[in-house]
Amino acid sequence: MDEILTYAAAEPTGAVTFAPASGLLGSVWLLVAIPLVSAAILLLLGRRADRWGHWLGVGAIGAAFVLGLTYFLQLRGLENKQVQLSLWQFITVGDLKVDFGLLFDPLAAVFVLLITGVGFLIHLYAVEYMAHDEGRRRFFGYFNLFVAAMLLLVLGNNYVMLYFGWEGVGLASYLLISFWYGRPSAATAGKKAFLMNRVGDAGLAIGIFVLFAQLGTTQYDEVFSGVGALSQTTVLVLGLLLLLGATGKSGQFPLQAWLPDAMEGPTPVSALIHAATMVTAGVYLIARSNPIFSANATLQLVVVSVGAVTLLMGCLIGAAKDDIKRVLAWSTVSQIGYMFLGVGLGGGAYALAIVHLLAHGFFKANMFLGAGSVMHGMNDQVDIRRFGNLAKYMKVTWLTFMMCWLAIIGIPPLSGYFSKEPIIATAFERGDWTSWLFGGAALLGAGLTAFYMTRLFVLTFHGPARWTEDIEHPHESPKLMTIPLILLAIGSVGAGFLLSTSVPDWLTATAGLGGEHPEHEPVLAHWLITALSLLVTVLGAGLAWMLFRNGTATEPQPAGVLVTAARRNLYTDAFNEAVFEKPGIFLTRALVFLDNRGVDGLVNGLAAAVGGGSGRLRRLQTGFVRSYATSILTGALLVVAAFLAVQAGWLA
Amino acid sequence: MSNFPFLSVLTVAPLVGALVVALLPRRSPDLAKLVAFAWSLLVLVLSVAMWIAFQVDGDRFQFRESYAWIPNWGVNFTFAADGIALVMLMLIAILVPLVILASWHDAESSKRSVPVYFALLLVLECTMIGVFAAADVFLFYVFFEVMLVPMYFLIGSYGGHQRQYAAVKFFLYSLVGGLFMLAAVIGLWVVGGKTFDWQALSQAEIPTDTARWLFLGFFLAFAIKAPFFPFHTWLPDAGGAAPAGAAALLVGVLDKVGTFGILRYCLPLFPEASKWFAPWALALGVIGIIYAALLAVGQNDLKRLVSYTSIAHFGFIGVGIFAFTTQAGTGAVLYMLNHGLATGLLFLVVGMLIARRGSALISDFGGAGKLVPVLAGVLFFAGLASLALPGTAPFISEFLVLIGTFTTNKPVAVIATLGIILAAAYVLWMVQRTTQGTLNPALTEVDGMRRDLSLREKVVVAPLIALIVLLGFYPKPVTDVINPAVKATMQDVGRTDPAPEVGSVQEAAK
Repeated sequence: MDEILTYAAAEPTGAVTFAPASGLLGSVWLLVAIPLVSAAILLLLGRRADRWGHWLGVGAIGAAFVLGLTYFLQLRGLENKQVQLSLWQFITVGDLKVDFGLLFDPLAAVFVLLITGVGFLIHLYAVEYMAHDEGRRRFFGYFNLFVAAMLLLVLGNNYVMLYFGWEGVGLASYLLISFWYGRPSAATAGKKAFLMNRVGDAGLAIGIFVLFAQLGTTQYDEVFSGVGALSQTTVLVLGLLLLLGATGKSGQFPLQAWLPDAMEGPTPVSALIHAATMVTAGVYLIARSNPIFSANATLQLVVVSVGAVTLLMGCLIGAAKDDIKRVLAWSTVSQIGYMFLGVGLGGGAYALAIVHLLAHGFFKANMFLGAGSVMHGMNDQVDIRRFGNLAKYMKVTWLTFMMCWLAIIGIPPLSGYFSKEPIIATAFERGDWTSWLFGGAALLGAGLTAFYMTRLFVLTFHGPARWTEDIEHPHESPKLMTIPLILLAIGSVGAGFLLSTSVPDWLTATAGLGGEHPEHEPVLAHWLITALSLLVTVLGAGLAWMLFRNGTATEPQPAGVLVTAARRNLYTDAFNEAVFEKPGIFLTRALVFLDNRGVDGLVNGLAAAVGGGSGRLRRLQTGFVRSYATSILTGALLVVAAFLAVQAGWLA
Repeated sequence: MSNFPFLSVLTVAPLVGALVVALLPRRSPDLAKLVAFAWSLLVLVLSVAMWIAFQVDGDRFQFRESYAWIPNWGVNFTFAADGIALVMLMLIAILVPLVILASWHDAESSKRSVPVYFALLLVLECTMIGVFAAADVFLFYVFFEVMLVPMYFLIGSYGGHQRQYAAVKFFLYSLVGGLFMLAAVIGLWVVGGKTFDWQALSQAEIPTDTARWLFLGFFLAFAIKAPFFPFHTWLPDAGGAAPAGAAALLVGVLDKVGTFGILRYCLPLFPEASKWFAPWALALGVIGIIYAALLAVGQNDLKRLVSYTSIAHFGFIGVGIFAFTTQAGTGAVLYMLNHGLATGLLFLVVGMLIARRGSALISDFGGAGKLVPVLAGVLFFAGLASLALPGTAPFISEFLVLIGTFTTNKPVAVIATLGIILAAAYVLWMVQRTTQGTLNPALTEVDGMRRDLSLREKVVVAPLIALIVLLGFYPKPVTDVINPAVKATMQDVGRTDPAPEVGSVQEAAK
């Protein structure tokens, strides 16, 4: 393959240099160490820590948040806002030198604040939510392990560290999805998540191999400085491999199927891992690797296409689901599709995607926790056809959920408007006919989002009550659960404008995200795009309100082709089963048969022939001592004969 | 301290211990166990002293000793250790005491003598140390063959279902390989100047054709031992029938003699033949990775499953050796150590589960995590180490093998990387079917399943878990020992690492 690569005379991009971390920032490793130690304590102490373990878990994340904030403020005052720190030599073999090293820069800093900030609130909520679960200590152990791995993922200063954290969050996600491992569905969902993630991980791993084979390094600064020297083919292959990793972790097409099943885990898990943080790791990977992705137009086109396909897919399926957590899960798939669209568009849209990621972290975490609060008051019911009229009984949950519903569908001045609308607008600025394609998809997605989120909101909180008979008085959740809801809702309401104005500026100090970006003329005027996106939002929401304000049937209804397809996840699961699962099982069975009969039989026959007749192998009960003796004797005789031969000079 | 004859003392010490234990009266099994355990600890202490005495920057071979044996034929008791052998000796010294502790009650169910069981374990330790410490080709061959005897009796006398079939199969396979090697050893003696001394032989000029035949003789023996596809079918039978402790040693150490032999004898003695054969060896390795992993997914017997995972892992080691880069080579040697720790742990834990349930069939379990949560947790950890999760030692070795192979052979590395997906499949499916899901009602009726890990069992697993995590975060002490030996081996083969394809980054930055 290498021979046919033509080395394009690309302009070398500017060298990337990171400053060494000094002073307070030299202790940035504490961010990973604190949650990790806490997790180890919780998991190793066992039942002895049952009484206070959850508070240790909450405290560890709280401490990490305070530290993160301190480091963030420290970083603001620095000239070179990218500081790195090498802790110890991790792998040093030949030319391969990988340190256990961390990088704290503006991109890492916003992720640290999101992970520890939102993470802290969700930990707090989980203290109450998991209060009656006998495994609460174990839960907080896994939860802290997740935060530690996620922080390592975003703080590493090379691709091996990223991979380390990447697989670590995969493990934590597996443990938390199958937390109630006694349920077969939870165990299966956890395994499915891990396996699909590993498919992506294999892509990421090969990507790292390519980096080493081509550039002899996996360090971010050296890789980004060297990208310009790579051939276009190499960049494309490398980028596609990294993208495969990103789609696995972020639940994007074609590796999206595990994410909705991941809702088998406790609801705080869905909020933290499968909405706010881990699933955005793919976006992080692409944003972090922006010098690679920006270096090839075909690569960017693929990323944009993945984003567009996934965002529409998530909307369509989300509109057809009746399980509150699964609707939110498909909504997450769709919203991350917007982020992929953003990072794929490149240039200034990297920052827009990160802004949307942060805003989404707030409102989606809140909605999952809100869903948990609803389930808490409704005997763990998850079917939205069985809710209705809950606004009256759960005032705080209702109000906070409403804020986030308005935020996600993009009603100004809530955060979704400031974060999503610019991505739609940028999609119209690609400069050729694809502007219409991707801009149109993003616009259509906005309308669909408004439809399915309004359906979810109305069916849950308004209209007539359609509760199952065991529900008499739905109750609001305790304070420990509602306070995080309120804080996250405030974030969703207030942070939008703030984020959209400050974050892009702040991110310019990240490698590759600064500098001027060539902008194409939009195919539509910006005000027109804004007006259109508001229009489709109002249309979608209005339609859903009309259709569902009087409730809905509590039993499955016959449906047309599109809705049936959406209910069955657009047949993607059926496809996976038919193409991978069934042939895989068949292959395994066939090989087991073959190995026992064919390969074994063949080699057995050979061995038996040499070792003293195949009859011995079959009549072992009586023959084994003789067989053993014969073998030894044969061996000994051969040795003697050989030496005699040598002595006599026959072989010399 | 460096003048102390570490290697000969280490080889003889377990043998003396074995005699002492075997002579203890059959009526006092507990005394025999204690003596055997104490003796193996002594060997461990001595090995640690040797590890400390080993000079990382020193000669390739250290602790060299030589005593005349059959002067007429030039056969000597020559011992010497390079970094590769040192790591394997350390692995033996760590695993044997843990295996003895883990096997505390294993021999009681058999009608045979308990002291003899532990004496056999010590004899096995003697032969394993000898085979890695030998620097005389004939001495190596003798240990290589004698090693079969204690293992044969461990499987055949103390094993489980179908133990005699498995023991004979194991013996015959190894013997056949050994005969090929014997022929090659003699041939080598003839063309190599009538000496068995490794260092003298490594300087010998051997005609290309002869060298290729001799290489094949050695390689066949080692490929059966390791085992590589398609010579692997004895391992699931032997691993499935052996007592868990013996299985841990069989797969954890004994099989590494094969890969060690390739590194020590095939590559340096027949460099041209090694390069000539490398494509075939890589193909066998890669087929083994995928094939054995698929078979592991389909197993319903815990010990057979672990055996098949090992065959897949040996595929990685084989690929690492024949990729001829320092990363892949160091990865392969590190893999030999890490696999010994991880699969050793996995075999021991699986043995604890089987001892409780009285069955090795996965379908006889289900939901066991509810009954024995700590045991289930350790099983899961051992599984994670087996699938090479970052943070466990096997990740480093697998990563090194793959990244080192990628620089010289991209297709092989890419196919091998797919093995990490299959590894997740066989581990997680096994964990799901044994410890997760609805509780199998039959389990609650078995008394053993109500006891979680005992203190003795915790003492067995804790050091292995600690080592796996420690080496997963900080492998440098071990890679520093392995590195010079692997570099020297690559020099013997005459291969150097390829330079980065786009020039070094430092230059590009300027």
